[in-house]
Amino acid sequence: MNQNILTTQVETSPDTGIRTEEMLLNVGPQHPSTHGVFRLVVKIDGETIREAIPVMGYLHRGTEKLAENLNYTQIIPYTDRMDYVSAMTNNYVLCHAVETMMGLEIPERAQFLRLIAMELNRVASHLVWWGTYLLDIGAMGPFLYAFRDREMILDLFNELCGARMTFNYMRVGGVKWDAPPGWIEKAKDFVQYMKKELPSYHQLVTGNEIFISRIKGIGKFDSKTALDYSLSGVMLRSTGIKWDIRKDEPYCIYDRFEFDVPTATEGDCMARYHLRMAEIEQSLRILEQALDQFPAEGEIIGKVPRVIRPPAGETYVRIESPRGEIGCYIASQGKDKPWRLKFRRPSFTNLQILPKLLEGENLANMIAILGSIDIVLGEVDC
Amino acid sequence: MSEEKRRPTPEEKAQAAAEARAKAEALRKLREQEAAGEASQEAASQMGEQGENTAPESPPAPAPAKPVSEMTPEEKAAAKKAAAAEALAKAQAAKAAKDAAQGGDTGEAGADADAKAKAAAAAKAKAAAAAAAKAKAAREAGGDSADAGGEDAKAKAAAAAKAKAAAAAAAKAKGATGAEDSGADAAPKAPSKNQPYLDKYISRLTEAFGAEVLEASYINELAKEVPTLVITNERWHEVAPFLKEDEQLGFDYLSDLHGVDYEDRMEVYYHLYSYKNRQSVAVKVKTSREQSSVPSVMNVWQGANWNERETFDLLGIHFPGHRDLRRILLPDDWVGYPLRKDYVQYDEEV
Repeated sequence: MNQNILTTQVETSPDTGIRTEEMLLNVGPQHPSTHGVFRLVVKIDGETIREAIPVMGYLHRGTEKLAENLNYTQIIPYTDRMDYVSAMTNNYVLCHAVETMMGLEIPERAQFLRLIAMELNRVASHLVWWGTYLLDIGAMGPFLYAFRDREMILDLFNELCGARMTFNYMRVGGVKWDAPPGWIEKAKDFVQYMKKELPSYHQLVTGNEIFISRIKGIGKFDSKTALDYSLSGVMLRSTGIKWDIRKDEPYCIYDRFEFDVPTATEGDCMARYHLRMAEIEQSLRILEQALDQFPAEGEIIGKVPRVIRPPAGETYVRIESPRGEIGCYIASQGKDKPWRLKFRRPSFTNLQILPKLLEGENLANMIAILGSIDIVLGEVDC
Repeated sequence: MSEEKRRPTPEEKAQAAAEARAKAEALRKLREQEAAGEASQEAASQMGEQGENTAPESPPAPAPAKPVSEMTPEEKAAAKKAAAAEALAKAQAAKAAKDAAQGGDTGEAGADADAKAKAAAAAKAKAAAAAAAKAKAAREAGGDSADAGGEDAKAKAAAAAKAKAAAAAAAKAKGATGAEDSGADAAPKAPSKNQPYLDKYISRLTEAFGAEVLEASYINELAKEVPTLVITNERWHEVAPFLKEDEQLGFDYLSDLHGVDYEDRMEVYYHLYSYKNRQSVAVKVKTSREQSSVPSVMNVWQGANWNERETFDLLGIHFPGHRDLRRILLPDDWVGYPLRKDYVQYDEEV
């Protein structure tokens, strides 16, 4: 695939007569630091990257094509497999799009369950990022702590919906399963535990001098570039733009809870690191409120027609996933299957800036920059 | 008590269905821009067919035992009733409408009045739509085609049809509760909260480029009332930078870009956002299926780069002006464009 996308040059220095040659370096698709099957063809001149060409599609399964022959409930498991680190938000964006078209009312209890699931998933997703990012950069220990705590969230999900990662939990109109007895208390315990645990994360990593020198001032871009490249989520907020769809275009019941949108102005890997850590705190804050206000009883799925047929027309909705803005477009012709379904995947869109960030960068920084974008290849390739 | 609670739901559903149908019908007519008489005749014959198909299929009377199990047949019956009544009212046969309604009837006493009310209301909605179509045709005959006024008329016609449909719904609700038919005089729906923004976008674009760059403009109620503009393909390369650079518009963020195959045409859908004004707009550009080409906006929003490549990869839409239009998700030697509706797999064994 793409054998001739780059050409190299041979030069002989006029002063010294030393012959130098640019080199093509292939990274991936089977490389642990690419977090999946992402391939990067890099042209290097010594240690400096001259050009980088991302190659993807190794995990392309044609979700959008498959969806055209499935009814809406059948599509939900496919969304689990896009961003498999944060499948709850994917579930939600599809259901939300269908519900927006049909104008469905979601019961209170279902809204709470959805919000709690999504926020727990956000914490889990950021923990995975934290662990693997440190692993990329060369620290083995943090990964073990992150996965220890993430495992607790996965256990909670396992109790809630019987799956650890591919949840298939939400339905058009509500959720599939109610919280089992005692689940809310367990979730409350986890939130308290995590709040106590977070400072030790910072103690372990944040002040580490080697770590700081690896990420400070690396992979920098400004807010104008960020907007131009359609970046979203932490990538956008790290440049000083305060934009969180949970806050600015509230969906679900996010407008009922107090939380801040952390921003930074540096726009480098360090800023993105701090923002993700701050977002874990804010998610815990939302979770604390939501778990306290969780309604004692109620329906978990609203009045939904047996066959889901959104009216003819089109819709586009977007929500805030841990990676940024995830959107869902549906063109319906009034049938029980979508005419066209399209996901706007934040990993795919955010990854576009990578070649620009790598240009002229030292080769050793490549992984630090790629890791800070926080991509999931299931979502990039869809 | 449970009966009271249960009854409105299927009625509402049937109303919603009728409403959607009336609206879609009205819009379709306007879009086709045919002579009003022809269009309504055609529609009438179509609806008539549907009515014929529907009436004999009427299900047995639902057993009044369980609310849940009863829901579906009753709902179906109501929907069928509505469809049949509408079709025949369209054909201007009031008596036939009554018969058809009885054909799909569950045998309840109040249902006759219900069906009549529905038929009357539906007929009114249809008449309104037809009138709107006529008005549009007349306007076009007057040489006033495809200007902003025409678009306004479209929007108005749609709104009128909707209002009528709402009135029909109200009439039906009354029929269901056994009250007298009060006619279709409900207040028109309040304009969308985004209507001023849509008006602003239209006026800015019209000032800068003239009315002909806009093929259509409307509030998309299914997508959280986002103002939607359909821009002509030929002028899109001028309009796109304007949408970004103009002081009052300032759409500096491309949220999404993708294509849709509608079998008779292709459409590229853009969702733009302005961080300064905190406002969204959806833009659609149409192109033909055979020689699909939409000017690239990669130079306006860099983020369009991979999205355009993906659209090219999966739908085969060309984006002249794109610097690196290669396949992105599929292998380079892939044959065909999978998301096209007529796509045939090259290698059947896979």
